[in-house]
Formats: sequence, structure tokens, C-alpha cells
Amino acid sequence: MAAGVAAWLPFARAAAIGWMPVANLPMPVAPTEKNKRQDELIILNVSGRRFQTWRNTLDRYPDTLLGSSEKEFFFNEETKEYFFDRDPDVFRSVLNFYRTGKLHYPRYECISSYDEELAFFGIVPEIIGDCCYEEYKDRKRENAERLMDDQEDNKDAKLPNMTFRETMWRAFENPHTSTMALVFYYVTGFFIAVSVITNVVETVPCGSSPNMKEVPCGERYTVAFFCMDTACVMIFTVEYLMRLFAAPSRYRFMRSVMSIIDVVAILPYYIGLVMTDNEDVSGAFVTLRVFRVFRIFKFSRHSQGLRILGYTLKSCASELGFLLFSLTMAIIIFATVMFYAEKGSSSSKFTSIPASFWYTIVTMTTLGYGDMVPKTIAGKIFGSICSLSGVLVIALPVPVIVSNFSRIYHQNQRADKRRAQKVQKARLARIRISKTGSSNAFLHSKRNGLFNEALEFTQLPYKMNLSDQSSTEEEQRLSKSTSLLESQHHHLLHCLEKTTNHEFVDEQYYQQSYLEAGLQSYPSRSPSLSSQDGVTGTCCTRRSKKHHTPLPNASAPAHMQPLTHTHQQCLQELSTIHIQPLSTSRSSLNMRVDEPAPLNCQSSQITTAIISIPTPPVTTPEGDAHLPAGPTHQNVVKVSAL
Amino acid sequence: MLNAIWETEGLQTVGIVVLVFASIKLLHLLGLISFSEDSVEDELELSAVRHRPEGLEQLEAQTRFSRKELQILYRGFKNECPSGVVNEETFKDIYSQFFPQGDASTYAHFLFNAFDTDHNGSVSFEDFVMGLSILLRGTIQEKLNWAFNLYDINKDGYITKEEMLDIMKAIYDMMGKCTYPVLKEETPRQHVEVFFQKMDKNKDGVVTIDEFIDCCQNDENIMRSMHLFENVL
Repeated sequence: MAAGVAAWLPFARAAAIGWMPVANLPMPVAPTEKNKRQDELIILNVSGRRFQTWRNTLDRYPDTLLGSSEKEFFFNEETKEYFFDRDPDVFRSVLNFYRTGKLHYPRYECISSYDEELAFFGIVPEIIGDCCYEEYKDRKRENAERLMDDQEDNKDAKLPNMTFRETMWRAFENPHTSTMALVFYYVTGFFIAVSVITNVVETVPCGSSPNMKEVPCGERYTVAFFCMDTACVMIFTVEYLMRLFAAPSRYRFMRSVMSIIDVVAILPYYIGLVMTDNEDVSGAFVTLRVFRVFRIFKFSRHSQGLRILGYTLKSCASELGFLLFSLTMAIIIFATVMFYAEKGSSSSKFTSIPASFWYTIVTMTTLGYGDMVPKTIAGKIFGSICSLSGVLVIALPVPVIVSNFSRIYHQNQRADKRRAQKVQKARLARIRISKTGSSNAFLHSKRNGLFNEALEFTQLPYKMNLSDQSSTEEEQRLSKSTSLLESQHHHLLHCLEKTTNHEFVDEQYYQQSYLEAGLQSYPSRSPSLSSQDGVTGTCCTRRSKKHHTPLPNASAPAHMQPLTHTHQQCLQELSTIHIQPLSTSRSSLNMRVDEPAPLNCQSSQITTAIISIPTPPVTTPEGDAHLPAGPTHQNVVKVSAL
Repeated sequence: MLNAIWETEGLQTVGIVVLVFASIKLLHLLGLISFSEDSVEDELELSAVRHRPEGLEQLEAQTRFSRKELQILYRGFKNECPSGVVNEETFKDIYSQFFPQGDASTYAHFLFNAFDTDHNGSVSFEDFVMGLSILLRGTIQEKLNWAFNLYDINKDGYITKEEMLDIMKAIYDMMGKCTYPVLKEETPRQHVEVFFQKMDKNKDGVVTIDEFIDCCQNDENIMRSMHLFENVL
């Protein structure tokens, strides 16, 4: 519950009076504030700067340092104030968190000092409000990168006892480690360049003899070019095989982009060797030569900038996709419009809509070849709109891509983006947990609340001595687990349950019971009860729990019959359905096992029963009174008292 | 021949007309042209609403709270609503925070109407404190009166079955979906029947204020629960 609305809890509780005339069941008792102090100002002295606030403000978050009793360690007896030897500027944000319920991150603060202060005061950074969260995460990421960069500089130190294979791999990945590696690096680079230039020059027409037409150099000096090609491919093959040998994980290496480029670069040569003499497939063979141009991509091992360009395009995939999609949409629209506008004019080049695509693309990218030109007035108007919108559509996503590139170039983002995604998931999960936490907390504490009512509803003339003794112990135990605010909130929800005669349950159980209701099969056959020995509805609730502790399934509910005894000695009203909370509160299972018996109440007369699930009879601890199971196979039976 | 010329010219005309309209719409969209004159002034009005409550002494006289209690109440009120008044949206938000599992907005709407005694669409601090004074420090008669007022949606002095059904549905809405036993369609209706059987003495289909107060005063449970929240503040 947000801190701000905690102040409105009294109002919400007062408004609950509106439910009272409608409710048919008696309401649970309200929790009392045992030692209600008048709200006082407390002084927090942080390195000399004094902050003052109400004690209640700090109590809103009992799991932090200032909200819990941990601050007593810092209490200074002489000056009657709490002294913290910490940064007063950051403390401002911390205190504002208590006041407003929102944690802000000031931009001028250093991220690591801020984190340290938050850790000291026990505040989880994930609750930083949305207004400052982006900034906080960005700064944190930058900081983490900087730390990583510092670490990586130490990685170049050579580790002793590396096998030959590992040395080779390191040499390939990082050419600056040894001279051999450097030589290899430059040799391969040289040969890549040679190969690419060869491919280009092959097609230039070199001087012609008078009787023949212009021939490209490739066909004139076939042997020379063939030898050059063979040499390059030899080198590339050897390099590839060496990398394959040295790779720590061969399978992963073979799947990586660089190795695929390597393979594609050298395969055409081998295929060409095999198929030289076959006339039919020589056409295909010629096409395969195109793939030789991929050798130029091998340069990306040598150039950091090329790699970053690749990463940029990969990371901007969504912007590029958007650009492509919007362009396609616009092209289709304008092509259609131009086609129909130009349909009337004679000898129009716009013969079909696909034919108009070319015109639209050329116009939108502001190329304007002029091979297709509209002639009608409508066509010219739409053509001009087309070119204006083309500028807009293309200009919009481009700055995003540019800024992305610059960001990546400066920070080398790839691994961190992956890490950031995981943290985002964690953050969302935490927020979701805290939201369901309030409803789960209610279900969780209903069990505790059970004891609370059982004790408090024993009105004065009829209070048993036994219950008196045990009640104080119980109260002490309970007061540890929930704060007053929580118990009041839970009491409010409990009143609502009473008013409507329905209970809050968790998702799992709701699904189960929904299915059960649908199947019209009553709980005697339901899976949730099958493993139970029985359910007791006595005031001694612990008895029922003993039956259920061996249950491994956390969602199996334990049901209890609520009763009203008009008993001389104990006037009790228990009406709850006991529901085990979700697996998130594993500790609850343990808690149930350890609890001692709260009461020893003797119920000799049972006068009413509100049964939600049929129960077989179970004896009370004293064994003298048996509770009737009540009418079985009935969903909700409400029997009036006496 | 003439037809062909007319056809092309017709197409062109249509094209031009469409173009003109589209450009006007685009300019309007971009905010360069505005058709209605008073679009700008609307923005100014909303931010000017502020409210300052009456003095502490007056409130002390009018309600049953002590000075300190009024101070605490006002601080909480002002914290959440700095402008000094709560409008229905904020009211619904605040109230819904207490009931995370269900939808509290309908019931909050009825509550809002019950607190907004002068029906001006907003709850000021005076309204708030008057309401609380009745609920927390009032006599049984006053509390029951307030509850009757809450149920009587159209404030005509009678609670009809439809009004009660609305209220009941609103209360059950707050429970949400995940309840045990599963909420059925007719559960609110049944509850309303039970209520009317209890309250409607002369079986005329409506519950008047006297029937209501009589019946509640005779019901032990209700009497006991009325004292439940007395130590809230």
C-alpha cells in the first residue's frame, strides 16, 4: 500500500460502516493499538544537518533501517537525536521517499555513492519511480561497462600453462599478443585485399586485338588470374582449417557468422574445380563467382568499425523494420494512386501498378531518374505529394539509427544490452510481486488473524482463564509479524468478506474451485481434500493444522467449520476458510508446524454452523465433544443461531 | 471523344477536391487552424481550482473531533490532494488502493455521493470531516441515517430493490473474481432478498428510513458492528 494512502486508511475503515446493515454475519473485532503514542517529531542528524519528521512517517516502511528498530543503534542519548555519519545530500532523497512514497534519483549524484547510501538505509533501488528510473539504469549501465573495461585491460596478460591450441586461438582472436599472430594477421589481410582486387580487375576490358572485340582481362590472362585465385584460396583454406582446429567449441565456431563468410568465400572455387568441364552448369558456375565478393567481409575481423556497424544494424532492427514497413506502405499507396491518375493519358509508361512501384521508389528517395514521368495534372499533383512525403518518411528513422551507431561505437553495448534485459525482467517481476504482495499478505495473515479473533472475541464475563494466559503470548507473537497499519487494513478486508459471506482466495485455489463447481463434484471427491484426514471446525484450530502439515501441495486448502457456541465458558466466533498462501510464502508452511495450541476450549454445545465444505467429524483435543459434520454436500449453508 | 475528355477531367476534379479537403484536415490536425474559438480557454480553468478550508475553530465546533485530530486528518488529506478538494476520479483511485483484488470504483462512486453532501462534484475537507465525524463519533441514529443515505441512491427517502441491488453489486465487485465460494450471478440478488425480508416490515417493496432504523436497532449483530470503528482515529 502506498505511503500516501496510508493516511486515508481511517477514512476507508469509517466508510465500512456502510456495509454493516447489509451484512448478515457478525464482524470481526478491530485490532487495537496497544501503546498508542501521540505522534512525535524525531530529529535525524546526518553529518551535522538536522532533519525532522514525524515518527509515523518513518514507520510506513518497516523493512528499512529508519522504519525499524535498527535506528535505535544510532540514537544519541545526550542530544536525544539519531546521528548518522552519512552524506546529507543523498539523505534528502532517502527522506523524501518516506514522505511521498516515491524514490527519486538526483542527476548530479554519482551512481555508486547513491547505491551505497540506499544499501545502507535498506532501500531497494528497484522502487525508484518511473520518472527517474531510466536515468538511474543508464548511469548504472555505464558504470558497469567502465568497470568491465578496466577488467578487460588485464586480460591480455598471458596465462601460464596454456595448451598449444589455446595459444593459437588467442593469437587468432587478439593479434597483438605475439609477433607471429601479427604477421599472420597482416598476411591474411593482404591476401584478402589481393583477392578482392583480382576479382574486380578480372572484369575490366584490357586492350583489344584488332580482330577481336573487347575482352575482359580475365579471359585474356586466364592462367595468371587462375594462379592468383588458387593462391588466395589456399591461404584462406589453411586459415579456416587452423581456426577450426583451435576453436574451443567447434560446433559454435562453425555456426558463427565469420566462419560462414569464410566458407562462402572459398566454396565457389572448389565447386568451380569440380564442374569446369560441364557445359550445362557453367552458367550456374559463373553465378557462383558472385559469392567471391563476400571475401570482402573477411575484413570485418580486421576492422573494429565494421563490426560495430554490424552490431548497430542488428540492434536497430526494429527501427529498420519500421522504416521498411512504412516505406512499403507508402510505395503501394502512391503507386496505386499514380497508376489510376495516369490511366487516362495516352502512351503512359505507368502500365501496371507494379510498374508504378519503380516510379514511386525513385521519387520517394528523391532520385528522380526521369525515365517515368507523369503527364496528367492529377498525376503531377500526386507525384509531388509523393516526393514530399518520401523525404519525411525516410528522414524520420534515420537519426535514430545514427544515434544508435554513435552510442554503440562509444560504448560497445552488446553484452550489456543482454544483461539489461534480464534486469528489466527482474524489475517487472519485483513490481508484480509487490502488487500481489498486498493481497497475498492478507491471505497470509488471515491465519494469524484467526487467532487474533479467537482471543479477542472472548468477551469479558465469559473469558476463560486458560485463554487469558495463552492470549497474551499469542498477541505478543502476532504483534511481531504484522504492523498496525497492516492489521487494520486486513481487518477492513475481513469485514468485507463478512459482509458478502465470501472469502478472498488466491488464483490457484480459485481455478480449482471453479473447476470443481463446474463439474458439480463436491469436495468429497475433490483432489484438494483427498489427502486430508479431516477438517475440524473447533476453536482449537491447531488440530486441523496437524492434519495438513504432511501435505506437500501448497495449494490444498484446509477448511474449517466456523461455529457459534453459546457456551457458558467461551463465546467464540470463528468463521474462516483457511487457505494456504501461494508458494511465495514458503515460510508459512514452517510457521504452521511450529505453532503451539492457542486455546483449550471446551465446546460442548454447537448451535450453528456455516459450512463451506462438508467435513467429517473430528474430535477436539479433549475428546469430549464431537462436532457434527453438518449437512454434507451442500455448498454454503447458513443456519441461523439457535 | 468528348466522353473521354470529360472522364479524365472529371477524375482530375475529383482528385483536386479530395486533395483540398485532405490538406485542410491536415492543417487542422497540426493545430494551425482551429474551428472552435474556445479551445484554449478550457485548459486554464482546470488548474485554477483550489480550496482552502474554514478555520480550525469553526471545524472544531461543527464536528466532534479535537484540534489535534483535525490536524492529523488535514495533513493526510492535503498530502494526497494538494489542491484541497477531491474529485471523483482521485477518490476512486484512493479507495481502490485498499481493495487490490476487486474493482472498487462503483462503490467508491456511491461513497463519493454520500460524502458530497452539497452535490457540487467535489469533496472538500469540510465535507470529508463532517462525514467522518458522523461515522466515527456520531450516535447510532446518525450512523444509521448516514448508511440509509448511502443506500438511497436517488435520495428520495426510499430504498427500492433496484437501488439495493446496485449497492450490493458494487460491494460484491470489490471482492473481485478470486473468491471462495465462487461468486455467482444471483448471489447479490439473493442477498438483496434476504435484506428486504429483514427490513421491509410492511412488505411494500421499499424500505423507509423508519423501517430501516427500527430493524437495525433490533438486530444485535448490526448494533455491535456499529461500534466497531470507534477507536479508528
